[in-house]
Amino acid sequence: MTATTHEEHHDEIPTGIKRWLFTTNHKDIGTMYLWFSFIMLLIGGLFALVIRAELFQPGMQVVDPNFFNMMTTLHGLVMVFGAIMPAFVGLANWQIPLMVGAPDMALPRMNNWSFWILPFAGFMLLAPMFVGGNFASGQGPAFGWTFYEPLSGQYDKLVFFVFAVHLLGFSSIMGSINIIATILNMRAPGMTLMKMPMFVWTWLITAFLLIAVMPVLAGVVTMMLTDKYFGTSFFDAAGGGDPVLFQHVFWFFGHPEVYIMILPAFGVVSEIIPTFARKKLFGYASMVYATASIAFLSFIVWAHHMFTVGMPVAGELYFMYATVLIAVPTGVKVFNWISTMYRGSMTYEIPMLWALCFVILFTIGGFSGLMLGVAPADFQYHDTYFVVAHFHYVLVSGSLFGLFAGVYYWLPKWTGNMYSNGLAQLHFWLSTIAMNLTFFPMHFTGLAGMPRRYADYPLQFTEFNVMSSVGAFMFGFSQLIFLWLVIKTIKGGEKATDRVWEGSHGLEWTIPSPAPYHSFTTAPEVK
Amino acid sequence: MKDLTSANRRVVFKTVAVTLMMFGFGFALVPLYSLVCQAFGLNGQTQRITETTLLQMPVDKTRKITVRMDANTNTRLPWQFQANQREVSIHPGEMTRVSYSARNLSGSDVTGQAIYSVTPNEAAMYFKKTDCFCFKRQLLKSGEEKEMPVVFVVDKDLPADITNIVLSYTFMRADKYVSKGETATN
Amino acid sequence: MKLPFERKTHAISAFLLMLVSGSALADYKLNFQEPVNQLGQEIFDLHMLVFWICVGIALVVFSVMFYSMIAHRKSKGAVAADFHENTTVEVIWTIIPFIILISVAIPATSTLIKIEDTGDADITIKVTGLQWKWKYEYDADGTPVSFISSLHPDHNKARAVDSGIDVTKIENYLLEVDNMMVVPVNKKIRLLVTSDDVIHSWWVPQFATKKDAIPGYVNETWTSVDKPGIYRGQCTELCGKDHAFMPIVVKAVEENEYNAWLAAKKTEAVAAAAEAAADKVWSKDELVARGQEIYMGKGGCFGCHGANGEGVATFPKLAGSAITIGPDAAHIDVVVNGKPGTAMAAYGNQLNDLELAAVITYERNAWGNAASVVQPADIKAAR
Repeated sequence: MTATTHEEHHDEIPTGIKRWLFTTNHKDIGTMYLWFSFIMLLIGGLFALVIRAELFQPGMQVVDPNFFNMMTTLHGLVMVFGAIMPAFVGLANWQIPLMVGAPDMALPRMNNWSFWILPFAGFMLLAPMFVGGNFASGQGPAFGWTFYEPLSGQYDKLVFFVFAVHLLGFSSIMGSINIIATILNMRAPGMTLMKMPMFVWTWLITAFLLIAVMPVLAGVVTMMLTDKYFGTSFFDAAGGGDPVLFQHVFWFFGHPEVYIMILPAFGVVSEIIPTFARKKLFGYASMVYATASIAFLSFIVWAHHMFTVGMPVAGELYFMYATVLIAVPTGVKVFNWISTMYRGSMTYEIPMLWALCFVILFTIGGFSGLMLGVAPADFQYHDTYFVVAHFHYVLVSGSLFGLFAGVYYWLPKWTGNMYSNGLAQLHFWLSTIAMNLTFFPMHFTGLAGMPRRYADYPLQFTEFNVMSSVGAFMFGFSQLIFLWLVIKTIKGGEKATDRVWEGSHGLEWTIPSPAPYHSFTTAPEVK
Repeated sequence: MKDLTSANRRVVFKTVAVTLMMFGFGFALVPLYSLVCQAFGLNGQTQRITETTLLQMPVDKTRKITVRMDANTNTRLPWQFQANQREVSIHPGEMTRVSYSARNLSGSDVTGQAIYSVTPNEAAMYFKKTDCFCFKRQLLKSGEEKEMPVVFVVDKDLPADITNIVLSYTFMRADKYVSKGETATN
Repeated sequence: MKLPFERKTHAISAFLLMLVSGSALADYKLNFQEPVNQLGQEIFDLHMLVFWICVGIALVVFSVMFYSMIAHRKSKGAVAADFHENTTVEVIWTIIPFIILISVAIPATSTLIKIEDTGDADITIKVTGLQWKWKYEYDADGTPVSFISSLHPDHNKARAVDSGIDVTKIENYLLEVDNMMVVPVNKKIRLLVTSDDVIHSWWVPQFATKKDAIPGYVNETWTSVDKPGIYRGQCTELCGKDHAFMPIVVKAVEENEYNAWLAAKKTEAVAAAAEAAADKVWSKDELVARGQEIYMGKGGCFGCHGANGEGVATFPKLAGSAITIGPDAAHIDVVVNGKPGTAMAAYGNQLNDLELAAVITYERNAWGNAASVVQPADIKAAR
């Protein structure tokens, strides 16, 4: 390619629906990923509100128990596979080429594919819900997002679920391959691996996790499919299988999966804190090693999700020790963030507020995680609301807040406009307060003995459930402020400078705001 | 540009290889799991041995253990299934024969499969059988009743703190796993 | 779908009241239910140990964080320092957490070994999870005594969507069963836990005993109770539609009372079997009355087919269905032998001939159905 063709490309931004259908531009695809995940966040959130409406009071008022189970199942699946994961891929699409100084992703056509599979997967997952014409007789999956056998085997529209998961897997794997190729091959001259921004590092490790475990997930759903329709018996004891095997294979995927959802958030926060502390990230190398250790440990701790299935004591001891060990590298990350702030020159713009909130609340989620890792006590916590509280602290105030932090950090670069500080403050404070109001009481309901995935509950749990429900509705509606804010920012606003933030650092801030359709067509030099 | 394309191709090739390998690994977990279960007696999996080996095993006359027989019938299987002895008191290393009996209560022929569990888990790897009705699927004709023997030995290396073992069988309906032309078992 | 606004306003006022009066919080359970055995106490202590360690670490970490956030503000004229690594502190904050973890792992290991030590039990009880009830099986001097324990019928009525019953007036709502499990105090009780269909999990919080019930496999755990009383728990593994409605209620009594109870249960079981086996011809009304009790109670049929026979969600309706008003042989077959590949279990093992005849007769003659009466002898003949 010659320089002239490059110049021509610059002015050619396709228009209309074709731009989005056929685009191979990393920024367009990133935008589509982000919008898709936001829509899924709203759908998954709606499901959560049905759950919270039912649990607002003891007794069944809103939906029948089967529908309730369908809501918990789809809430989990939609949030994990539809909202959080695609949102991080969206951030990666936008930011990785900008941060490593590449003109686009390494495999742009595949990039288009990996996005456009997603809406079909989402459709396949949700479609059975509408069978029968009315919601009350909806036939969506109702076996929990963990789809344990043999319960999931009783579901008569299993084939939809299985193919939805397969498509989601294809999408994630293709996305990951693209990210790996981009990071390994497309870095600007001079940018060695150990000079890469933390966000790029965390995504590189996440992408490797994804290609390692998404195929295992595809395998496990395939086994379910053949068990149900082709007479195999992987998980049916009557044919020589074992339902516990399902859980082992599932959690072999499932535990790394939770790190897939948090590592990129670590990366985002590691970008933001140095910017607003105006100080280099403390312990860059140890941060990289800690991330890699967390990723490695995630492969060897899976059975801590299954302490109550009846493992021999030696197995339980091993999984307990390995699990609590994760606290060490995770602790290192938190200490590094705090040391970055220490003796910095701190300001509190919106992205920083989210990042700080992330550090505090994620750490709380980490503590409850440590408690859950201690096997004897886990026998009491297992499958109660304590677990629900734990994983919402790491997934809502962890992954989701990490995403918000990232969006608020880079939105001016994407749109060229600053957002309304007032609206953003409102969104932040409402979300934070509502999040804690929703999920903090769940620690208590769990300890007091309320099992999770319950459509109705004994009276002594009423008060805390009321709090959670009030919080959940507040949280849900706060996200509409965010929607409004983003639309407003896209339409206009105070023009953003190229650097946007006073303390910003890295290649993405060297190009104009908004980032031009084609950027870094000639590679920058990194010293 | 050429270099980049081939570099990208190499990455794609390697990552796709990893992906396929991990897909295979997911399936490999199935036999791997049974191997681990067999080796460590996880999930109450017991060991199978030949009768000759059994007879050569040393007997520990200094202690006795109680083995309790437990029977479960899955409700989807219209059989009555029970142990003929409640429990036996034996020396480790001693060959023991017990039996269960099953009767088909339904008006049609039904095939069942028994699944065994030994608890505590730690005892399972010392629990060895030469003959068991659980090794094969069992066909009972309508109304048929059958005695089902088990011959086992508890290895003398059984840890001293285990004095009580439960041998459980659960019979489940296995008609759908009977392949065409498969002869009636037993 | 409709929202009960009256109740909502009631709850909101209760919530506001709670916010203003901090003292009211004392009434709300913030922690584990009181353990009633030594192991439960040990687990509780371990839980509190880890909790306080977390609180301690949180205090230190967050103090440093807040100090930096406040003292090193740019608006206060703070100028950023230039350090970005320090091997000594990085090694220290890797090693200290490691040491703390070891101090947690030691007591955790000893407790875990005790939890898994099921040896030398005084009595053994088999617990089987079914969708959506529990079955308990005792050994009364060689005679197996078993019974089904399901959610109390009053609670079952109240928990239906829009039942019109104020559940807040029901004592122990969702924590009451028709048949309690009974255990003696101060004995080591071994529990063999298994399942008939999907995975369930048996949990009584005050015993600190939780074990998954897995179809085909038998799990083992143990418990003990230090003082007489009634203890309540619930299923803790998602097992389908009525997961929230299969409580566990255990009554712990002195040993002699336990023995008397078991003897009575044995007599009861023998009598029921004799009654079912007798060649008596029952009247339609007798069978319908007994059948309704089983349909709504131990059979748990209403769970899928609905109290009004209309079917729940995707489960088949019985009112006017081909099976319930057709020939009785097909109806008997589906109830006795189940329907492979669906959630319909075979009740041939769960109910005796009389109970089967009653429930089938009820289904054939309720909700506008008017079909034949099925006698225990018909069931016997069909087996």
